[in-house]
Amino acid sequence: MANPNAPVKRRGLLLLVGVGLVSALAAAAAVALATNIFERKQEAKNTFVRVVELTDDTVDPAIWGKNFPLQYDSYLRTVDQVRTQYGGSEAVPRAPTQADPRSVVAQSRLEEDPRLKAMWAGYAFSKDFREERGHAYMLDDQTFTERQQVTQQPGTCIHCHASTYTAYKKLGNGDIMKGFDALNHMKYFEARKQVEHPVSCIDCHDSQTMQLRVTRPAFMQGMARMKAAQGVKDFDVNRDATRQEMRSYVCGQCHVEYYFKGPEKTLTYPWDKGLKVENILAYYEENPHKDWTHADTGAPVLKAQHPEFEMWNQGIHARSGVACADCHMPYTRVGAQKVSDHHVRSPLLNINRACQTCHHFSEDELRSRAEALQARTFQLRNQGLDALVGLIADVKAAKVAGKTDADLAGVYALQRRGQFMLDFIEAENSMGFHAPEEAARILGQATNLIRQAQIMVRDPSFKPEVPDMPPPGAGDAHAGPGTPGKTVGNPGGGSPAH
Amino acid sequence: MLGVSRRVAVSAVVLAVLVGTAVGAAGFTFIYAKGASYLTDDPAACANCHVMNEQYAGWVKSSHHNVAVCNDCHTPHSFFGKYYTKALNGWHHSVAFTSGDFHEPIHIGERNLQVTEAACRSCHQDITHAIEPELLVRVSAQATKEPRKEADRHGSQHPVPRDGTMSCLRCHRSVGHLELD
Repeated sequence: MANPNAPVKRRGLLLLVGVGLVSALAAAAAVALATNIFERKQEAKNTFVRVVELTDDTVDPAIWGKNFPLQYDSYLRTVDQVRTQYGGSEAVPRAPTQADPRSVVAQSRLEEDPRLKAMWAGYAFSKDFREERGHAYMLDDQTFTERQQVTQQPGTCIHCHASTYTAYKKLGNGDIMKGFDALNHMKYFEARKQVEHPVSCIDCHDSQTMQLRVTRPAFMQGMARMKAAQGVKDFDVNRDATRQEMRSYVCGQCHVEYYFKGPEKTLTYPWDKGLKVENILAYYEENPHKDWTHADTGAPVLKAQHPEFEMWNQGIHARSGVACADCHMPYTRVGAQKVSDHHVRSPLLNINRACQTCHHFSEDELRSRAEALQARTFQLRNQGLDALVGLIADVKAAKVAGKTDADLAGVYALQRRGQFMLDFIEAENSMGFHAPEEAARILGQATNLIRQAQIMVRDPSFKPEVPDMPPPGAGDAHAGPGTPGKTVGNPGGGSPAH
Repeated sequence: MLGVSRRVAVSAVVLAVLVGTAVGAAGFTFIYAKGASYLTDDPAACANCHVMNEQYAGWVKSSHHNVAVCNDCHTPHSFFGKYYTKALNGWHHSVAFTSGDFHEPIHIGERNLQVTEAACRSCHQDITHAIEPELLVRVSAQATKEPRKEADRHGSQHPVPRDGTMSCLRCHRSVGHLELD
């Protein structure tokens, strides 16, 4: 029985089903989109949840991490070991021993470059010196280094290898200056018992407001003395620094040149005359200090320690108002939150965020620019080290031939000065990048002085030329009033807004 | 229902319910997403999605804050060009933000860079004309998608912004919204 209306009916039915399907899909898509928009809107809500109450005595970063999981998560990542061309660090396995339970360390710099052993002959650094690792390792790597076995280190070292703020408060009954003195006077392993964490949240942040603050007395004092030399009276870093300055100063608490002053072993930053290497050398002349007597030559020499803060101050980034945190802890987006990346590391491992926020060139281009600066510095450093090895050999031969310490006094003075300049760049963790021209200037000067010392070994009547000392603050990014420099975060000059 | 067979009537009702549901869901989503705001010049609309928060905050503090809104620099200064650009970017941005697949930090694309460069030149003509004498020809040529004639280049002229040399933003990046701090 054929129904003449059947095809029409069937077509009508098909149309209805078709429209139904399309409508259903459209509705589903609209709802899916609405759901996605809802999720994005949720992201944008401030998700800070106060899970725990933090106090000025909360030292354990894991507790802070309950309130700030994103920052804590990236902070934990400083255990990563990744090499860059001239920095970073490489994980090297080792067999744990009773004295040193570490199963992974960084590569030995002494094996990479034996000339360093010659430079530091007679000093603990010639026994064990490895590439620096991330913040997570600062306490262990210092506790277990072989240097601890060959020499008795003071508690002063702890100031920058551990979270000491709460230890200061405990030892000084609430007065961090008193606690600072107490830690300085201890032996290292006694001081080691007072602390338990590597650098932690409380070392840079106020527990109630999360504002950056300086907790290291040595930095407060060093900055006050440096500013005083520039004509700024009574500088209090926590009161007078701008927010952008603080984003460098909290790093400058530790990434600096320092020495242990007097029998009290007070941690001191030698900045009374300024931050440049000559200013620091002049300070050491006025406040006689030697770190050790060179085993091969007998010269009273100095050890330079990681002067990143000083070198950054001489560079174009500091002068443009770029803080340490801008490159080493660049902002990153998590959901709608802007988070400082607490995985502190080489910007070369994070070029996209660290460099490309300001520099609109490809990653390869930026990396090769940075590495070109570093390669040039590295060449100059090698020249300097070769010169120093040559000088040490010359002095040894001269001593065998009967020259006395009195005969060589002028040579010693040149070695002390040249070697310190060389070590200043060698110890600084950027292979010149923080201030390429300054690094080249210093290395050129170092080689010049060391070669002059070699001439002097041969010809005692030789009159060496030692360049003039620059005035304090000249060219510094942080110069005070009356000095030809700039204030960080204020490229236009004038007085910074507080 | 008169004159209509019962079957057709039922079908019509079913159809209306189906289509109505779809239109309703789409309509709700449109309103929930503040769809209409995208037809305005309000910069807050551009920051409906939090991913533009930094650009918005940067603009609030920028030197152009009192003289230009997002659309002044990011859309052509003609009715058709403006809404065509809005539609195109709206589509790209929606897809990117919904899928989460986009580069960070956010980069401006080639077409939008051209639009922005033309906007600089449009307002600052008195200055840019001295730098690039054939400028007016050039900006309108870009707007109408005409390939610039070789004859327009008078020997000493700078290449067009597309070549990446005479880009205003190369030196004046911070005028709209500098993302620092």
